[in-house]
Amino acid sequence: MRAQRLAPPSAIVRHAVLLISGALILIPFVWMVSLSIKSPGEIFRASFSFWPEQFYGIENYTEALTSSPLPRYMLNGVVVCAAILALQIVICAPAAYALAKLDFPGRNLLFALVLIALLLPHEMLALPLFILGAKLGILNSYAGLVFPYVVSPLGIFLFRQFFKTIPDDVVHAARLDGFSELGIVSRIMVPMALPAIIAFGIFSVVSHWNSLFWPLIAVRDQNLMPPPLGIMVFKNEEAGNDYGPLMAASTLVVLPLIIAFLSAQRWFVEGLTGGAVK
Amino acid sequence: MRSASSATAEAITSPADRGASQKALRRHQIAEMLAAWSLAGPALLLLIVLFFLPVFAVIAVALTDWQFGASSFTFVGLANFRELLADEVFRASFVNSILYVVIVVPGTIVLGLAIALLIESGKSFRAFYRAIHFLPFMATLTATAIAWEALLHPTIGLVNQTFVSLGLPTANWLRDENTVLPVLAIIGVWQNLGYAMVLFLAGMKSIPQDLYDAADIDGADAFLDRLRTVTLPMLGPVTMFIFIVVALKAFETFDTVQILTQGGPGHASEMLLYTLYRESFQYLRTGYGASVAVVFLFIVVALTLIQARVMDKKVHYQ
Repeated sequence: MRAQRLAPPSAIVRHAVLLISGALILIPFVWMVSLSIKSPGEIFRASFSFWPEQFYGIENYTEALTSSPLPRYMLNGVVVCAAILALQIVICAPAAYALAKLDFPGRNLLFALVLIALLLPHEMLALPLFILGAKLGILNSYAGLVFPYVVSPLGIFLFRQFFKTIPDDVVHAARLDGFSELGIVSRIMVPMALPAIIAFGIFSVVSHWNSLFWPLIAVRDQNLMPPPLGIMVFKNEEAGNDYGPLMAASTLVVLPLIIAFLSAQRWFVEGLTGGAVK
Repeated sequence: MRSASSATAEAITSPADRGASQKALRRHQIAEMLAAWSLAGPALLLLIVLFFLPVFAVIAVALTDWQFGASSFTFVGLANFRELLADEVFRASFVNSILYVVIVVPGTIVLGLAIALLIESGKSFRAFYRAIHFLPFMATLTATAIAWEALLHPTIGLVNQTFVSLGLPTANWLRDENTVLPVLAIIGVWQNLGYAMVLFLAGMKSIPQDLYDAADIDGADAFLDRLRTVTLPMLGPVTMFIFIVVALKAFETFDTVQILTQGGPGHASEMLLYTLYRESFQYLRTGYGASVAVVFLFIVVALTLIQARVMDKKVHYQ
């Protein structure tokens, strides 16, 4: 029990204030869903009511799913996020193991490089990365969306912190059992570090599912666009204010992460702030 | 040089054994080094290619007049930076970014702290309130920005309808150069305050109960007394951390500008990352765009160096 606990009247004030601020925070989400089930006529009549007089959700959601390649955008998002996360783990976990458990000349220098890279804002490097992608001929492809992120300094950093907490005896025992160093990483360290992997995985998937900047630069082909870029194009193509289908599309893009968040809240909070709290 | 310990070692093992074990030790060290570098090699190579070479490349390109696709370019020294200083759009972008940060950072910290304090002051519904306030931080900003656009619509938007019914003045929020930047900043606060709240909650959990007990003995039993004497001072380090992280995020604002305003009206909502994007990838003025990136880099590195010093302090506090 915290020492700042309040007396009953203040407890009512606490709930009142938090319910009001919570409601204000939720308004954009609520309005998004509300417009997504209203007919164009009702949207332009502009009422305060959340629930429509005439339920128009089926039409709007059908329109969102058929007039734009929204399912394709979502699939692209899944493919890109999965590829990025898989490569990040495959590349970062061995490096983190070397930094945490092996003794070799250059280790401190390598760790310093990781820390410096951790501080560099990736957007600032978009121009050289764009040129690199163009030279490699992988722009406008899944590879173009994925390659800037295959190594994550934050991933190396977090995995190293976690691996350091695993006793050295575990490593020695594994060596005596005939494991190779790579085998130790993939069959012992990574499974033991599952909490850190999940937290980092949530961070990685949320950032790349939501990312607009790099996809906007890297792909032109609509069939390759991840969800944020896709709904931006959908919005620009919709002449005027055809809000219903646009809000339906936005709702569908936000929905997977919100469902995941509500069902694994603690993991999300840890993952998205883990880099800060260490 | 023969030390006492090596003399003892010699007495226990024969010279031949010692040579063999040293050789084995060296072989073991070499094996460990090879293993380490082959495990860390791919990551190191990719860090160099995807982080460090691009930093040098962007600085080098900023010193040229290269336009993407052009086959030749010339070294122009600091001409791009002189042009930046004289460029009204860049100056607007720079000033707007700073104004935006100046609104978003205190707004996020004050509201995040207030909500964290309220949540922590009782036991019921903590997870529920935390979830609601954290939601905007993980939701896709492109999509929620579109929802904000609908809310802020001049005629059918909920904001103006509410203002009209309350008798308040209305505006075309995103098309009025006086309101556009504050409105984007409000969206920035809305998006980030949950992040600050969560970090404050973690900070409050780590305050030792002893301090509250001591405050009790000193007669600081009212909620506000505890807040003033214990909670707020102990949250100093985490507040500085949030300050820097949110400032960095605010400097890197892009999605809302791209989706809602495209830097307009005029250049009233032009911000650094949007300017960088437009110059480099829409106008293809590669050299010039790179010089924007270098300015951006300087700001971010300066902020992170401050952060590093602050985090040092945090260690001393504890």
